[in-house]
Amino acid sequence: MGEVVFTRAGLRRGARECLPMMVASIPFGVVTGISAHGAGLSFAETMFMSITVFAGSAQLLALSAWTHPPSVLAASLAAFVVNLRLALMGPVLAPWLDRLRGWRVWLPLFVMTDQNWALSVRNMNAGGKDAAFLLGSGLTLVCMWISASALGHVVGTMLQPPPGHPVFFAALAVFVALLVGMWRGKRDLLPWAIAAVVAAIAARMFPGGSWHIILGALAGSLVGGLREHRANAPA
Amino acid sequence: MSMDPWTLVAIIGMAVATYACRGGGYWLFRQTNPTPLMRSVLGFIPGTLFVSYVAPALVTGGWQPVAGAAATLAIMIATGSLLGAVLGGTAAAWLVYALQ
Repeated sequence: MGEVVFTRAGLRRGARECLPMMVASIPFGVVTGISAHGAGLSFAETMFMSITVFAGSAQLLALSAWTHPPSVLAASLAAFVVNLRLALMGPVLAPWLDRLRGWRVWLPLFVMTDQNWALSVRNMNAGGKDAAFLLGSGLTLVCMWISASALGHVVGTMLQPPPGHPVFFAALAVFVALLVGMWRGKRDLLPWAIAAVVAAIAARMFPGGSWHIILGALAGSLVGGLREHRANAPA
Repeated sequence: MSMDPWTLVAIIGMAVATYACRGGGYWLFRQTNPTPLMRSVLGFIPGTLFVSYVAPALVTGGWQPVAGAAATLAIMIATGSLLGAVLGGTAAAWLVYALQ
Protein backbone atom coordinates (compact mmCIF):
# COMPACT_ATOMS: atom_id res chain seq x y z
CA MET A 1 0.00 0.00 0.00
CA GLY A 2 3.02 2.32 0.27
CA GLU A 3 3.00 5.35 2.53
CA VAL A 4 0.04 5.89 4.84
CA VAL A 5 -0.57 9.38 6.22
CA PHE A 6 -2.80 10.81 8.95
CA THR A 7 -3.76 14.42 8.23
CA ARG A 8 -6.40 17.06 8.97
CA ALA A 9 -7.42 16.93 5.33
CA GLY A 10 -8.20 13.21 5.70
CA LEU A 11 -10.12 13.93 8.90
CA ARG A 12 -12.24 16.55 7.11
CA ARG A 13 -12.78 14.35 4.08
CA GLY A 14 -14.03 11.50 6.27
CA ALA A 15 -16.40 13.85 8.08
CA ARG A 16 -17.76 15.24 4.81
CA GLU A 17 -18.30 11.86 3.14
CA CYS A 18 -20.07 10.55 6.22
CA LEU A 19 -22.83 13.20 6.17
CA PRO A 20 -25.39 11.03 4.32
CA MET A 21 -24.83 8.25 6.89
CA MET A 22 -25.36 10.76 9.63
CA VAL A 23 -28.74 11.80 8.26
CA ALA A 24 -29.85 8.20 7.77
CA SER A 25 -28.93 7.21 11.34
CA ILE A 26 -30.82 10.01 13.12
CA PRO A 27 -34.08 8.01 13.58
CA PHE A 28 -32.10 5.17 15.14
CA GLY A 29 -30.44 7.57 17.60
CA VAL A 30 -33.75 9.18 18.54
CA VAL A 31 -35.28 5.76 19.22
CA THR A 32 -32.30 4.85 21.41
CA GLY A 33 -32.88 8.02 23.45
CA ILE A 34 -36.57 7.17 23.76
CA SER A 35 -35.72 3.64 24.96
CA ALA A 36 -33.29 5.00 27.54
CA HIS A 37 -36.00 7.32 28.83
CA GLY A 38 -38.43 4.41 28.93
CA ALA A 39 -35.92 2.23 30.78
CA GLY A 40 -35.67 4.90 33.48
CA LEU A 41 -32.20 6.26 32.70
CA SER A 42 -31.60 9.93 33.54
CA PHE A 43 -30.50 12.36 30.82
CA ALA A 44 -26.93 12.32 32.14
CA GLU A 45 -26.84 8.52 32.21
CA THR A 46 -28.19 8.38 28.66
CA MET A 47 -25.50 10.78 27.44
CA PHE A 48 -22.82 8.82 29.27
CA MET A 49 -23.97 5.64 27.55
CA SER A 50 -24.16 7.15 24.07
CA ILE A 51 -20.66 8.65 24.39
CA THR A 52 -18.86 5.67 25.90
CA VAL A 53 -20.68 2.79 24.20
CA PHE A 54 -21.68 4.44 20.89
CA ALA A 55 -23.31 1.33 19.45
CA GLY A 56 -26.99 1.52 18.55
CA SER A 57 -28.09 -2.10 18.41
CA ALA A 58 -26.20 -2.96 21.60
CA GLN A 59 -27.71 -0.03 23.49
CA LEU A 60 -31.22 -0.93 22.31
CA LEU A 61 -30.82 -4.58 23.28
CA ALA A 62 -29.44 -3.79 26.74
CA LEU A 63 -32.09 -1.11 27.37
CA SER A 64 -34.91 -3.45 26.38
CA ALA A 65 -34.03 -5.64 29.39
CA TRP A 66 -32.85 -2.89 31.80
CA THR A 67 -33.55 -3.41 35.51
CA HIS A 68 -33.09 -1.26 38.64
CA PRO A 69 -30.46 -1.87 39.86
CA PRO A 70 -29.12 -2.99 36.48
CA SER A 71 -27.45 -6.33 35.89
CA VAL A 72 -23.88 -5.39 35.02
CA LEU A 73 -23.25 -8.82 33.55
CA ALA A 74 -26.38 -8.87 31.36
CA ALA A 75 -25.75 -5.39 29.98
CA SER A 76 -22.07 -6.09 29.26
CA LEU A 77 -22.86 -9.44 27.68
CA ALA A 78 -25.54 -7.89 25.44
CA ALA A 79 -23.02 -5.31 24.26
CA PHE A 80 -20.39 -7.96 23.61
CA VAL A 81 -22.68 -10.29 21.66
CA VAL A 82 -24.10 -7.54 19.47
CA ASN A 83 -20.74 -5.90 18.84
CA LEU A 84 -18.71 -9.01 18.15
CA ARG A 85 -19.10 -8.22 14.44
CA LEU A 86 -16.89 -5.16 15.02
CA ALA A 87 -14.02 -7.57 15.80
CA LEU A 88 -14.19 -8.78 12.20
CA MET A 89 -14.07 -5.23 10.84
CA GLY A 90 -10.85 -3.92 12.37
CA PRO A 91 -8.49 -6.39 10.60
CA VAL A 92 -9.91 -5.41 7.20
CA LEU A 93 -8.39 -1.95 7.75
CA ALA A 94 -4.97 -3.48 8.51
CA PRO A 95 -3.32 -1.94 5.40
CA TRP A 96 -3.89 1.45 7.07
CA LEU A 97 -3.63 0.56 10.76
CA ASP A 98 -0.49 -1.59 10.44
CA ARG A 99 1.49 1.47 9.42
CA LEU A 100 0.37 3.61 12.37
CA ARG A 101 1.14 3.62 16.08
CA GLY A 102 -0.38 4.72 19.37
CA TRP A 103 -3.55 6.81 19.46
CA ARG A 104 -3.73 6.97 15.66
CA VAL A 105 -4.59 3.26 15.78
CA TRP A 106 -6.63 2.95 18.97
CA LEU A 107 -8.67 6.18 18.97
CA PRO A 108 -10.12 5.75 15.44
CA LEU A 109 -11.06 2.17 16.38
CA PHE A 110 -13.06 3.58 19.31
CA VAL A 111 -15.32 5.43 16.85
CA MET A 112 -15.39 2.66 14.24
CA THR A 113 -18.91 1.54 13.44
CA ASP A 114 -20.59 -0.14 10.48
CA GLN A 115 -21.16 2.93 8.35
CA ASN A 116 -17.83 4.72 8.66
CA TRP A 117 -15.94 1.43 8.48
CA ALA A 118 -17.60 0.68 5.12
CA LEU A 119 -16.75 4.15 3.80
CA SER A 120 -13.18 3.78 5.03
CA VAL A 121 -12.76 0.38 3.36
CA ARG A 122 -14.09 1.88 0.13
CA ASN A 123 -11.70 4.80 0.39
CA MET A 124 -8.75 2.52 1.21
CA ASN A 125 -9.50 0.08 -1.62
CA ALA A 126 -9.74 3.01 -4.05
CA GLY A 127 -6.14 3.88 -3.16
CA GLY A 128 -6.81 6.30 -0.29
CA LYS A 129 -3.69 6.79 1.84
CA ASP A 130 -5.07 9.01 4.60
CA ALA A 131 -6.05 6.88 7.60
CA ALA A 132 -7.51 9.90 9.45
CA PHE A 133 -10.58 9.29 7.25
CA LEU A 134 -11.78 6.66 9.75
CA LEU A 135 -11.53 9.05 12.69
CA GLY A 136 -13.16 11.97 10.85
CA SER A 137 -16.10 9.92 9.66
CA GLY A 138 -16.47 8.31 13.09
CA LEU A 139 -16.47 11.63 14.95
CA THR A 140 -19.26 12.88 12.67
CA LEU A 141 -21.34 9.88 13.65
CA VAL A 142 -20.55 10.31 17.36
CA CYS A 143 -21.81 13.93 17.23
CA MET A 144 -25.00 12.81 15.50
CA TRP A 145 -25.42 9.91 17.94
CA ILE A 146 -25.14 12.12 21.02
CA SER A 147 -27.52 14.76 19.62
CA ALA A 148 -30.12 12.28 18.36
CA SER A 149 -30.20 10.24 21.58
CA ALA A 150 -30.42 13.49 23.60
CA LEU A 151 -33.39 14.56 21.48
CA GLY A 152 -35.01 11.15 21.94
CA HIS A 153 -34.59 11.31 25.72
CA VAL A 154 -36.02 14.84 25.93
CA VAL A 155 -39.04 14.33 23.70
CA GLY A 156 -39.54 10.90 25.26
CA THR A 157 -42.58 9.12 23.97
CA MET A 158 -44.05 12.19 22.26
CA LEU A 159 -42.90 11.20 18.79
CA GLN A 160 -42.23 7.51 19.09
CA PRO A 161 -42.71 5.89 15.66
CA PRO A 162 -44.19 2.36 15.86
CA PRO A 163 -41.87 -0.59 15.11
CA GLY A 164 -41.83 -1.32 11.40
CA HIS A 165 -42.24 2.36 10.54
CA PRO A 166 -40.39 3.22 7.29
CA VAL A 167 -38.10 5.81 8.97
CA PHE A 168 -36.19 2.80 10.31
CA PHE A 169 -35.66 1.56 6.78
CA ALA A 170 -33.15 4.40 6.23
CA ALA A 171 -30.55 2.54 8.30
CA LEU A 172 -30.99 -0.60 6.19
CA ALA A 173 -30.95 1.47 2.98
CA VAL A 174 -27.44 2.66 3.88
CA PHE A 175 -26.23 -0.94 3.97
CA VAL A 176 -27.98 -1.81 0.70
CA ALA A 177 -26.49 1.23 -1.06
CA LEU A 178 -22.99 0.48 0.26
CA LEU A 179 -23.17 -3.04 -1.16
CA VAL A 180 -23.09 -1.57 -4.68
CA GLY A 181 -19.54 -0.32 -4.17
CA MET A 182 -18.45 -3.56 -2.48
CA TRP A 183 -19.33 -5.72 -5.46
CA ARG A 184 -16.05 -6.75 -7.09
CA GLY A 185 -17.51 -8.88 -9.86
CA LYS A 186 -18.44 -12.50 -10.44
CA ARG A 187 -16.06 -13.88 -7.82
CA ASP A 188 -18.30 -12.29 -5.14
CA LEU A 189 -21.45 -14.05 -6.31
CA LEU A 190 -21.05 -17.39 -4.50
CA PRO A 191 -19.68 -15.90 -1.22
CA TRP A 192 -22.52 -13.36 -1.11
CA ALA A 193 -25.15 -16.02 -1.80
CA ILE A 194 -23.73 -18.23 0.96
CA ALA A 195 -23.65 -15.27 3.36
CA ALA A 196 -27.28 -14.43 2.60
CA VAL A 197 -28.52 -17.99 3.15
CA VAL A 198 -26.47 -18.60 6.31
CA ALA A 199 -27.45 -15.21 7.78
CA ALA A 200 -31.15 -15.74 7.08
CA ILE A 201 -31.10 -19.17 8.73
CA ALA A 202 -28.96 -18.00 11.67
CA ALA A 203 -31.23 -14.99 12.27
CA ARG A 204 -34.09 -17.41 12.77
CA MET A 205 -32.12 -19.82 14.97
CA PHE A 206 -30.25 -17.28 17.15
CA PRO A 207 -32.33 -14.10 17.40
CA GLY A 208 -31.21 -11.13 19.53
CA GLY A 209 -27.55 -10.52 18.92
CA SER A 210 -25.35 -10.35 15.90
CA TRP A 211 -24.69 -14.05 15.42
CA HIS A 212 -26.34 -14.05 12.03
CA ILE A 213 -23.98 -11.30 10.84
CA ILE A 214 -20.89 -13.08 12.15
CA LEU A 215 -21.89 -16.52 10.85
CA GLY A 216 -23.00 -15.22 7.45
CA ALA A 217 -19.86 -13.12 6.96
CA LEU A 218 -17.52 -15.90 8.10
CA ALA A 219 -19.18 -18.60 5.97
CA GLY A 220 -19.21 -16.47 2.82
CA SER A 221 -15.69 -15.10 3.33
CA LEU A 222 -14.16 -18.49 4.07
CA VAL A 223 -15.62 -19.99 0.90
CA GLY A 224 -14.52 -16.99 -1.17
CA GLY A 225 -11.05 -16.91 0.40
CA LEU A 226 -10.44 -20.64 0.09
CA ARG A 227 -11.57 -20.68 -3.53
CA GLU A 228 -9.37 -17.73 -4.45
CA HIS A 229 -6.44 -19.15 -2.51
CA ARG A 230 -6.70 -22.49 -4.32
CA ALA A 231 -6.92 -20.77 -7.70
CA ASN A 232 -3.78 -18.73 -6.94
CA ALA A 233 -1.77 -21.60 -5.47
CA PRO A 234 1.04 -22.95 -7.63
CA ALA A 235 -0.01 -26.30 -9.12
CA MET B 1 -28.57 15.23 36.43
CA SER B 2 -28.68 12.15 38.62
CA MET B 3 -26.20 9.34 38.10
CA ASP B 4 -26.86 6.06 39.83
CA PRO B 5 -23.58 4.30 40.69
CA TRP B 6 -24.72 0.83 39.55
CA THR B 7 -26.08 2.25 36.32
CA LEU B 8 -22.69 3.84 35.71
CA VAL B 9 -20.94 0.52 36.39
CA ALA B 10 -23.28 -1.27 33.95
CA ILE B 11 -22.65 1.38 31.27
CA ILE B 12 -18.89 1.14 31.81
CA GLY B 13 -19.21 -2.65 31.47
CA MET B 14 -20.97 -2.17 28.15
CA ALA B 15 -18.33 0.32 27.01
CA VAL B 16 -15.48 -2.05 27.89
CA ALA B 17 -17.21 -5.00 26.16
CA THR B 18 -17.78 -2.87 23.07
CA TYR B 19 -14.21 -1.62 22.86
CA ALA B 20 -12.95 -5.16 23.40
CA CYS B 21 -14.68 -5.93 20.08
CA ARG B 22 -13.74 -2.71 18.27
CA GLY B 23 -10.09 -2.69 19.25
CA GLY B 24 -9.64 -6.36 20.21
CA GLY B 25 -10.28 -7.84 16.77
CA TYR B 26 -7.54 -5.76 15.22
CA TRP B 27 -5.27 -6.15 18.26
CA LEU B 28 -5.38 -9.94 17.87
CA PHE B 29 -4.76 -9.61 14.15
CA ARG B 30 -1.75 -7.36 14.79
CA GLN B 31 -0.16 -10.07 16.98
CA THR B 32 -0.30 -12.61 14.16
CA ASN B 33 1.54 -12.90 10.91
CA PRO B 34 -1.36 -13.07 8.47
CA THR B 35 -1.06 -15.73 5.78
CA PRO B 36 -2.11 -15.05 2.18
CA LEU B 37 -5.22 -17.15 2.85
CA MET B 38 -6.19 -14.89 5.77
CA ARG B 39 -5.75 -11.80 3.59
CA SER B 40 -7.85 -13.38 0.90
CA VAL B 41 -10.63 -14.18 3.40
CA LEU B 42 -10.51 -10.61 4.79
CA GLY B 43 -11.07 -9.24 1.30
CA PHE B 44 -14.46 -10.92 1.29
CA ILE B 45 -15.54 -9.65 4.73
CA PRO B 46 -17.01 -6.24 3.77
CA GLY B 47 -19.44 -7.55 1.17
CA THR B 48 -20.50 -10.70 3.00
CA LEU B 49 -20.91 -8.82 6.30
CA PHE B 50 -23.28 -6.28 4.78
CA VAL B 51 -25.16 -9.01 2.88
CA SER B 52 -25.62 -10.72 6.25
CA TYR B 53 -27.19 -7.56 7.67
CA VAL B 54 -29.56 -7.06 4.82
CA ALA B 55 -30.66 -10.59 3.87
CA PRO B 56 -32.61 -11.52 7.05
CA ALA B 57 -34.44 -8.16 7.01
CA LEU B 58 -35.50 -8.72 3.41
CA VAL B 59 -36.60 -12.30 4.05
CA THR B 60 -38.73 -11.51 7.09
CA GLY B 61 -39.78 -7.87 6.54
CA GLY B 62 -42.40 -8.24 3.80
CA TRP B 63 -42.81 -5.94 0.81
CA GLN B 64 -41.78 -2.74 2.55
CA PRO B 65 -38.02 -3.45 2.85
CA VAL B 66 -37.98 -5.35 -0.46
CA ALA B 67 -39.40 -2.38 -2.37
CA GLY B 68 -37.14 -0.01 -0.45
CA ALA B 69 -34.04 -2.11 -1.15
CA ALA B 70 -34.90 -2.41 -4.86
CA ALA B 71 -35.29 1.37 -5.16
CA THR B 72 -32.08 1.98 -3.18
CA LEU B 73 -30.12 -0.38 -5.44
CA ALA B 74 -31.54 1.10 -8.64
CA ILE B 75 -30.78 4.70 -7.61
CA MET B 76 -27.31 3.83 -6.33
CA ILE B 77 -26.35 2.01 -9.55
CA ALA B 78 -27.84 4.74 -11.74
CA THR B 79 -26.54 7.83 -9.92
CA GLY B 80 -23.86 6.70 -7.45
CA SER B 81 -25.35 9.13 -4.91
CA LEU B 82 -25.47 7.59 -1.45
CA LEU B 83 -27.79 10.25 -0.03
CA GLY B 84 -30.10 10.05 -3.07
CA ALA B 85 -30.24 6.26 -2.83
CA VAL B 86 -31.00 6.28 0.91
CA LEU B 87 -33.69 8.97 0.62
CA GLY B 88 -35.24 7.41 -2.51
CA GLY B 89 -35.21 3.93 -1.01
CA THR B 90 -36.80 5.16 2.21
CA ALA B 91 -39.45 7.01 0.19
CA ALA B 92 -40.25 3.77 -1.69
CA ALA B 93 -40.55 1.85 1.60
CA TRP B 94 -42.78 4.64 2.93
CA LEU B 95 -44.99 4.44 -0.14
CA VAL B 96 -45.56 0.71 0.40
CA TYR B 97 -46.23 1.40 4.09
CA ALA B 98 -48.79 4.08 3.21
CA LEU B 99 -50.55 1.84 0.68
CA GLN B 100 -50.87 -1.10 3.06
